[in-house]
Amino acid sequence: MGRIHDHFEKLRAKGEKALVPFLTAGDPDLETTEALVLAMVEAGADVIELGVPFSDPTAEGPTIQRSSARALARGTSLRAILRLVDRLRPKVDVPLVLMGYANPIHAMGGKAFATAAAEVGVDGIIIPDLTPEDGKPWLDPCREAGIDPILLASPTTRPERLAMLVRETRGFLYYVSLQGVTGARSALARGIEEKVRLAQSLGDVPVCVGFGVGTPEHAATIGAFADGVVVGSAIVDRIEAAASKEAAVEDVARFVASLKAPLRG
Amino acid sequence: MKSEADERGMFGQYGGRFVPEMLISALDELVEASERILADPAFRAELDALLRDYAGRPTPLTYAKRLTEQLGGAKVYLKREDLAHTGAHKINNVLGQALLARYMGKTRIIAETGAGQHGVASATAAALLGLECDVYMGAEDVRRQALNVFRMELLGARCIPVTSGSQTLKDAINEAMRDWVTNVEHTYYCIGSVMGPHPYPTMVRNFQRVIGLEARSQILAVEGRLPDVLVACVGGGSNAIGLFHPFVEDEGVRMIGVEPGGEGLQSGRHGATITAGVPGIFHGKRTLVLSDDDGQIFPAHSISAGLDYPGVGPEHAHLKDIGRAEYVVATDDEALEAFQRLSRTEGIIPALESSHAIAHVLKLAPTLPKDAIVLVNLSGRGDKDVDEVRSILAAREREAH
Repeated sequence: MGRIHDHFEKLRAKGEKALVPFLTAGDPDLETTEALVLAMVEAGADVIELGVPFSDPTAEGPTIQRSSARALARGTSLRAILRLVDRLRPKVDVPLVLMGYANPIHAMGGKAFATAAAEVGVDGIIIPDLTPEDGKPWLDPCREAGIDPILLASPTTRPERLAMLVRETRGFLYYVSLQGVTGARSALARGIEEKVRLAQSLGDVPVCVGFGVGTPEHAATIGAFADGVVVGSAIVDRIEAAASKEAAVEDVARFVASLKAPLRG
Repeated sequence: MKSEADERGMFGQYGGRFVPEMLISALDELVEASERILADPAFRAELDALLRDYAGRPTPLTYAKRLTEQLGGAKVYLKREDLAHTGAHKINNVLGQALLARYMGKTRIIAETGAGQHGVASATAAALLGLECDVYMGAEDVRRQALNVFRMELLGARCIPVTSGSQTLKDAINEAMRDWVTNVEHTYYCIGSVMGPHPYPTMVRNFQRVIGLEARSQILAVEGRLPDVLVACVGGGSNAIGLFHPFVEDEGVRMIGVEPGGEGLQSGRHGATITAGVPGIFHGKRTLVLSDDDGQIFPAHSISAGLDYPGVGPEHAHLKDIGRAEYVVATDDEALEAFQRLSRTEGIIPALESSHAIAHVLKLAPTLPKDAIVLVNLSGRGDKDVDEVRSILAAREREAH
């Protein structure tokens, strides 16, 4: 079992829920991403999701579309993000997870990517456009290299498929709270608790909820039943709106602390 | 030799389903519904009647006598998809899918469009069948194809300009997929070409096979034999696969797909995905794509908005792999020349997309013996391009002086 599993075990023992912040690596630049990650960990983040920008992010709403475009305009590549993980690894002990679309990994090659990512200490990978069926050639090498392929489930996932996803995922199951693209929403979708409890009953793997989760109140509501909360667009919005890189780091750290507070139990 | 996908929608190493989990149940539903409904004789009868009485099928096969004489080689036949309702082959697929959507109980269809032909066809079918219709179109294409935007609106559809990314077809598909993810319960995504996740590439091909089936019996009726060469333009590749597929097992029939060479392969500004692309995962399928070393998709370029796409239908990538079809390029300039040549020689103004196929015929026919037969898919008419071509020619005229 890897670092993600161990970290969730520790949280479980303490009666805490996980805060999983997401940001797009390279937005506005990789140095700032590094500072943001360190500040988020300091503020209580449990797992860091580093977004690998892609030219055609079909599951993303406007916020992450824009952050991806900014990162790509800076020339951010998958290889540069792996070097960032290499720099971060000795400085933080929380799990580091990459989230990105399949083609950059496909271009690098499944095995080459898995080897390189394991070497720098990537703990997990979320590839939204790879299912466990069609994604095997890329997900299997990751698993073999000790990187957890984290799978998604959604409100429309049928029960028998949900059982399969719970069985196949590693680290945690990422439950997409709403039928739609990423982006902060004013209200949470209905029926999340029922689905999350169903997923939890199907196995031992932690279930984290993301998409549309953007406030400490949302985090509190979800933290009451889920094992963790993923917050992405609401953080990226703050990075985009900040007057300077330093202000972005400060604001995001404050925000992450406010999201984690209700999850401490 | 056959060309069929396996149960996961793989044509050899290409195809499949590469979509977020949120779409899996919708695709499962589509597989189940399409297997059940498409096999239903009532559905088949209703679609056949629409194709005949509404779309104007069968479309003629025209012997291009003057062009043949000028080229001095093979006999050239034109499959006249330009004469189908709405002016292109797109209607074949759209009537099938919109009818399927209605049988599935969906009340709204969405579509992406490049040149606007698929958008107009979707708007048309939606009007006919009483469905709500939203069409995503890159802002750059909205500018190039203003007339088609107005057509869609006349037909009661909403045309939504897409301002993200390169503002062309690929970005319109991104937006359509985001809409579909969000509204999947009542919305049907009517994909315009043989792309996207399984089952779309197979389903769209099956709706377009009517082109090849008709062409086959028509050429047998006039010539008493099969053609030597089939030629069709390839963007996503639906008109080409529609023509090719019924001939795949006739190994004596050469099949040539013509890709948009844009400003030339060396310029980097083209849409020649099969000729110059690499394997990748894009828009729900594994196929050949235009992508850089880091796996970022780069925008295609073509004088014709309908071919301006950095991916290609997985079945074409497979036909190339197994050597059953050949793929060549025609540049913007060659297409422009063919556009004018066919207009003057045969009194037929071809779409800029189809002009790429004609451009290759201009090169190929003179090299073949006089008893050879070349059958080219005239996939659409050029009315939509007249304005664009006029301004390009006027600009060149000015430059020359």
